Amino acid sequence: MIEVSDKLGTDGAASTGIADSGRDVPIDLQEELRASQIQEVLDKLDRELIGLQPVKTRIRETAALLLVDRLRKKLDLSAETPTLHMSFTGNPGTGKTTVALRMAEILHRLGYVRSGHLVAVTRDDLVGQYIGHTAPKTKEVIKKAMGGVLFIDEAYYLYKPENERDYGQESIEILLQVMENNRDDLVVILAGYKDRMDRFFSSNPGMRSRIAHHIDFPDYTPEELLAIAKLMLAQQHYGFSAKAEEAFIDYIRRRMRMVHFANARSVRNALDRARLRQANRLFVAVDQKLTKGDLMTIEAEDLLASRIFREPVPKIDSSCG
Amino acid sequence: MMTNHGNRITQGQFSFLPDLTDEQILAQIRYALRQGWAVSVEYTDDPHPRNTYWEMFGNPMFDLKDAAGILMELNECRKTFPRHYIRVMAFDSTRGWETPRMAFLVNRPADEPGFRLLREEREGRSMTYTTVPYATDKPEGERYT
Repeated sequence: MIEVSDKLGTDGAASTGIADSGRDVPIDLQEELRASQIQEVLDKLDRELIGLQPVKTRIRETAALLLVDRLRKKLDLSAETPTLHMSFTGNPGTGKTTVALRMAEILHRLGYVRSGHLVAVTRDDLVGQYIGHTAPKTKEVIKKAMGGVLFIDEAYYLYKPENERDYGQESIEILLQVMENNRDDLVVILAGYKDRMDRFFSSNPGMRSRIAHHIDFPDYTPEELLAIAKLMLAQQHYGFSAKAEEAFIDYIRRRMRMVHFANARSVRNALDRARLRQANRLFVAVDQKLTKGDLMTIEAEDLLASRIFREPVPKIDSSCG
Repeated sequence: MMTNHGNRITQGQFSFLPDLTDEQILAQIRYALRQGWAVSVEYTDDPHPRNTYWEMFGNPMFDLKDAAGILMELNECRKTFPRHYIRVMAFDSTRGWETPRMAFLVNRPADEPGFRLLREEREGRSMTYTTVPYATDKPEGERYT
């Protein structure tokens, strides 16, 4: 604390003359925002991602912080590159990877990473199988991610406390070193289930302290999932009939109570199966005249044929692999 | 008479210039990556000009997007072989080229003894000439120590 206030004090004293004359210089934040073109990415995020309000707010805040930081840098007010490493926690299918992709784009537009590509990896890509295999493997991945964003999915698998000879620890150490030394070159995003990530961070305090932004992804509501389904269908030039829409809401409600429910991913799989049934239905009724509308519409029967409607609604802990 | 001024071998690009700084190396690598070439780091301690195939340090670095990763590898190589010749090579895999498009030295031994001229008398008073690096008198790995 003392150090900080000291610095501020000397800074102010040394540059009074300049600061006083420069303090009133108007700064066009709007212009800066336009120049960085991040509004476009944020709008796209709003348009393409249903729900996730807390996440969007956090990203907006982060983008604002980075933009202001960049402005300050232009006026020589702060020199340090802010820590940009993040952790995304949430259940499967809540849009962590998609948001990471957008994040890479935002960071690129703001000039915090040079190329803005995303390298998505899991434990298998980082950790080797024998002694001396891990370091080159991890470094290879890091080299590929340089100038962009390294997205480590299910990062908690890197640390296996039950096996003290596990090579994951080596990988974590290399990552920590790079996260500290190459802050200008690369941004690391860790992703995974909330509770397991919390445990991962509590056993790796070094990792926790190097991550500035923790963003939690909430589960979707059935209404949001329906909106997602409609968006997915629209992208492939399909649509629900009115009855199918009702059936789909019912489907989601049942599916949510079952195990292995993976939010948007489950929706996508359900839609894939519905398309299969729709194609089959059209194929069987081959003697009828088809219209373009028939090819584009998913009917309620395509959804109601699902296994989920035949089984009684199971309890959470029942096995239904 | 000293014929080997400065004792610096001149191979590849930029070898008549003073050694490139890291910033300049980065700029060259960035150019290579922009062209879509695969950049790799190679080293040797046999400076003979006909020694074309050098040892590759680590793996070839395909699908890298940024030069910083290659500089990291290069610095790793400099640490391992501080007294070897090290070059950065950019390979173009486009059909019809399929060949290195760039190669330049980024590290050289502090002391380069140069080359010996070997004269061989052949029949009928004819002469053949060849050059041998002084450094290769010693076995591999023990040169330039």
